[in-house]
Order: sequence, then structure tokens, then C-alpha cells
Amino acid sequence: MATITLDKLVKSYGKARVIHGIDLEVRDGEFVVFVGPSGCGKSTTLRMIAGLEEVSGGEIRIGDNVVNELDPKARNIAMVFQNYAIYPHMTVRQNIAFGLYTTKLGKEEKNRRVEEAGRILGLTPFLDRRPAALSGGQRQRVAIGRAMVREPAAFLFDEPLSNLDAQLRAQMRIEIKALHHRLGTTIAYVTHDQVEAMTMADRIVVMRDGHILQSGPPMEIYDDPVDVFTARFIGTPSMNILPGREADGRAVADGDGGLLFGIRPQDLLVREGAVAADALELTGTVTAVEPLGPETLVHFDLAGQPVIATAPARAVPEVGSQVSAQAARSEIHRFDRKTERSLGRRR
Amino acid sequence: MTAATATAREARPLPMARLRPGRIVTWTVLFIGGVLMVTPLLFMFSTSLKDAGQIYDLRLIPEDPTLANYFEVLGDGRFLRWFLNSSLVAIAVTLSNVFFDSLVGYTLAKFRFRGRQFVFLAILSTLMIPTEMLVIPWYLMSANFGWLDTYWGIMFPGMMTAFGTFLMKQFFETVPDDFLEAARIDGLNEFAIWWRVAMPLVTPALSALAIFTFLGNWTAFFWPLIVTTSSELYTLPIGLTSFAVEQAIRWEMIMTGAALATIPTLIVFLLLQRYIVRGVMLAGLKG
Ligand SMILES: Nc1ncnc2c1ncn2[C@@H]1O[C@H](COP(=O)(O)OP(=O)(O)OP(=O)(O)O)[C@@H](O)[C@H]1O
Ligand SMILES: [Mg+2]
Repeated sequence: MATITLDKLVKSYGKARVIHGIDLEVRDGEFVVFVGPSGCGKSTTLRMIAGLEEVSGGEIRIGDNVVNELDPKARNIAMVFQNYAIYPHMTVRQNIAFGLYTTKLGKEEKNRRVEEAGRILGLTPFLDRRPAALSGGQRQRVAIGRAMVREPAAFLFDEPLSNLDAQLRAQMRIEIKALHHRLGTTIAYVTHDQVEAMTMADRIVVMRDGHILQSGPPMEIYDDPVDVFTARFIGTPSMNILPGREADGRAVADGDGGLLFGIRPQDLLVREGAVAADALELTGTVTAVEPLGPETLVHFDLAGQPVIATAPARAVPEVGSQVSAQAARSEIHRFDRKTERSLGRRR
Repeated sequence: MTAATATAREARPLPMARLRPGRIVTWTVLFIGGVLMVTPLLFMFSTSLKDAGQIYDLRLIPEDPTLANYFEVLGDGRFLRWFLNSSLVAIAVTLSNVFFDSLVGYTLAKFRFRGRQFVFLAILSTLMIPTEMLVIPWYLMSANFGWLDTYWGIMFPGMMTAFGTFLMKQFFETVPDDFLEAARIDGLNEFAIWWRVAMPLVTPALSALAIFTFLGNWTAFFWPLIVTTSSELYTLPIGLTSFAVEQAIRWEMIMTGAALATIPTLIVFLLLQRYIVRGVMLAGLKG
């Protein structure tokens, strides 16, 4: 168990700087998820923590030790890769035991740990199979088992679920979270899937272009994104962003003015009848509807700008018809139009 | 309309497809080619089973087969010696290639270092120099170092090959870096990563390389002929030639020697058929 501290961490490839001095403190036992678009430097950061990439500047500490110059094996971390990295020429048992390759444990203890990991991950019936005879989810479990037997100070995951189909991904999310609960080991987890981030993390770290934009518990980031990028990145469908201004403390989304209003589709409700006094009402022509069961996503056109709202399940508006949707004042995020930084909500 | 007629109608196109004219031509050509290649081999074995009186009787199945020729050839101690020489040379060179070609290929494929591209091009460029041009430098080198007429003299030019290095490099490039990095995190040193992780992942390429190298060295003629002078160091092809000269027109003896020399090749082929076909496809460019 250990904390991981990044202190003004920098990575450059030649002249190109890809990580611009990031600071982060991962607490002991915390599950931290790095999210961000492709190329933002998530993997690079994780690989520097693992010791697979050299650090160009700043410091990485695991526990109290500065590990910048340490070999991966000396850092007492384990890593799980996107394509599993389990070896086709070895059985499941050998693959899991490979995590103990250099440890000086007795044979008995090694066996015990392998069996234990197999049991926890539901791999006991497959221990003597080759990876080729396993499903994608089982392979990923083998990779996790291999990391587990080491009993490392921290686990690093780099997009471990992105090769799995949606259903399996949902299941593995829960399993990994349960595993974290059970082992209590620090986890740093990289993904570009914001659902994974929201569902698994104790804390989300949103990255973009080698900077950390925001870090905090999932609901904090969801409720109070610091800028337009984070606001749109977390939550599906993405938050609607509408330029406008305020008049008498009310939002006016008419395209003019120095503000951007952000409204999550879940907070923009298609509704007939009277408008609450301080609510924002938007009216437009329906371009598409997506019935999801419990609710329906309604895409409509607001003076040339696409907007997504939510309608109750049984009230699906027709494409081409006019709809009107309302958002309560307290659900409207406000951003500075120039800097795209958040100005908070009026509550 | 019954199900049966429907099935019959659907089934008809299949045999037609199999007997397309293109296929007939392909099969005919392959068959003729096969016969052309196999016939001399069969005659070699057949002749080796005949006694001197029957060798001009061109029946494929000898009237009165005998193993006497084999006893006579094997009874001559030199033959066994050549056989062992060839085995030693071919096996040693094969092991060396499997080890060093893949070590260098791996380094070129998986490590970034200054001059890597230059080293690779330098190795590759030697592929374009024909053996005939290298024989004189090799000979001078052997003469200077006192390697003439030694096993090492026979073997050294082939201990590493540009082709093998190139082949292995191409294959190691297909091994995902994750596999190696996972091992690095598990604490293996670089040599162990290569040996325990990377090598098992390229076994098809390794077997192709081993088979080509073994067969190439088993049948090598030009260089062993030049570098050896004493009959104890002859490899089988050289020994057989001198044997043929000696035996003048005793064809049954010459054929017996040739048959004995062919047997290991056949064994290698029969045992490793699967790998050879795959290897030829993999290596593709082997001239
Ligand atoms: N070996 C390298 N040489 C030069 N630039 C590199 C190298 N590796 C990564 N980069 C650059 O560093 C930046 C960050 O890459 P990184 O792999 O960390 O992105 P990521 O956030 O993991 O993206 P993804 O979601 O696509 O995996 C990218 O712009 C990439 O082009
Ligand atoms: Mg990545």
C-alpha cells in the first residue's frame, strides 16, 4: 500500500513536450481514474509511474521514496495492459505465476497465491488451459491475477477494458471495483471512457493536452466542472452549450453576450404548459428522437444549433414537430465565453 | 416442390465448381512437376537396392532387391565420418543462427539506439553480395587465421546470416511491446525477457530459420570443397563427389551414397512438414 505523488512531472520527446508539469497526490488505497481524449498524455503519465518511460522533469514518489531513477521492478507496482499481455505459450497458471517470477517466495507460497488469485477471479476451472481457450474477459482476469499475486503497493491499469464488448465491460467494471474494495490497494486507472471513470473512481483526474484540468470525486466533477471541456467530457450525452447573456438574473440563450450556458440533457425537460418563473425555455424543431425506455432523448434545432433534451418515456414527440423544453435556473452552468472557465451556477 | 429436390438443386453447383478448367490445369501441371521431381529420387533409391548386374535394368522395383550396397558403403568408415562431419556442421551452424540471428534481430526490432538504422542497413546490404564474391576473402581470412581444413573453417561464414537476422527482426516486430513491458515490470532482466518471453512467441519463424539453415548447410558444396583438403574433414556432399570419382562407373554404389545422404533431409522434411510449409510462406523471399 502506498501513496503516489507526482510533483511538477514533465515528459518531453525530443523537443516536443507532452506532459506539462502536472501535480497530483494519490492517497493510500485510493482509486484514481485518469480520463481525457486520445493523445492527452494519460498513458505516458501512467508509464512514467510504472518506470517504463523516463521522467524528463519533476518527481515521482511512491510512499516516501523518489522513484524517478528506479527500475520498474524496484517500484513494487503491477500493471495491467489493454491487450492483456498474457503469454500464449503458457497456461493460465503459469501466466499468473509469472508475476512472481523474480520473487524469492517458497514454492508452496507461490502456489497458494496463484490458487487464491484464481479463486477470487473465478479462474479455478481454467488454470491449466492456454489463453487461446479463454474469452476476452477471462484473459483480462488472468492479467489481473498476474498483477494480484505480486501483492504490489499499487496497481496501474491502462485501458484494460477497451478490447471487451459493452456487456462484458460493464461486468468487469463492477468486478474491478469489487476487487479494489476487497484488496484496498491504491489503483491508478487510465481510460478514455467517461462512464468507466464515473462508475469506478474515488477520484477522477481529467486531462487534456498534457495538463490536469480538474481532479475530484466523480459527482463533484459532474456537478461543478471547471470549464466547458470537462463539462462536455463527463456525462452522456454531452452537456448542451449555448451562447447567451443574463437579464434580470435570468438566462437568455439568444446567441449574444459574453456567457456560455451549459445544460445537461437530463436537466432540459420537454414539457407542455407553463414555464416556471426563473426557468430557461428553449423551443425548436425536432430532428431526431432516441427512445431509451425510461426516457427519450429529443434532438431539436434551436436557431441552427443542435440541442438535446429529455422527454418522459411515453411522451415521444414527432420528428418535425415543435417542442419546448425547460431547465431550472439552478441546473444551468455558466461559463465565460472567452476563457471557457466556469462561473458557477445561480442557485 | 419437396425439400429433396431443392437440396438436389443446391447441391449440384458444388462438384461443378471443383472441376473448373482452371483447377484441372493447375492439378495437371502440379502432377507433372511432381513426377518430374520425384522420379530421379525414386530411381536413386531403386538403383541403390540393385546389384551391379541389374543397374541397367530400368525397372523401378528391383527384381531382386538387396541391401548389400548399403553394408558396403557404411562398411567403408569414411562415409560414416563424412556423415558425422555434415551433422556436426549443420547442427552447430543451425544452433548458432537460431541464437545469434534472433538476438540481433530482437535488438534491432525492439531497442531504439543511435546507429540502429545504419547497422540494419549494413546487415541488409550483405544480402546483395553473392557467395561467389565472398569466397576469396573468406579463404584469405581462413588462411591468415589458420582456419583452413578445420571444422571452424567450414562453419564460420554461416554462423550468422543477414537473411536470418532480417527474418527474425521482421518477426520480433510483430510481438506487441506490452508483452515485453509486462515482463519488465515483473522484474525480468532484458536477456530473460528475450529468452523467456519473446523467443517463444516467434517459434514459427525460429523453426523456419532452423529448417532452412540445416538443409542449406547439409547440402552446402562450394565453400566446404574449397576450405577442406583432408578427407577426414569432408562433409557429405564433398565426400560423395570424391567417392563417385573413385567408384567410376559403379552406379549402384554412388546411388547408395546419395540415398544415405538424402535420408536425413527426408526425415527433417517428414517430421517438420507442417513447419516447412508455414516457413516457406513466412519467409516468402528466400531465393
Ligand atoms: N514515443 C513517443 N515519441 C513521441 N511522441 C510520443 C511518444 N509516445 C507518445 N507520444 C505523444 O505523447 C502524447 C501523449 O500520448 P499518450 O499515449 O500518453 O496518450 P493517451 O492519453 O494515452 O492517448 P490514448 O487514449 O490514445 O491512449 C501524444 O501526443 C503522443 O503523440
Ligand atoms: Mg493510452
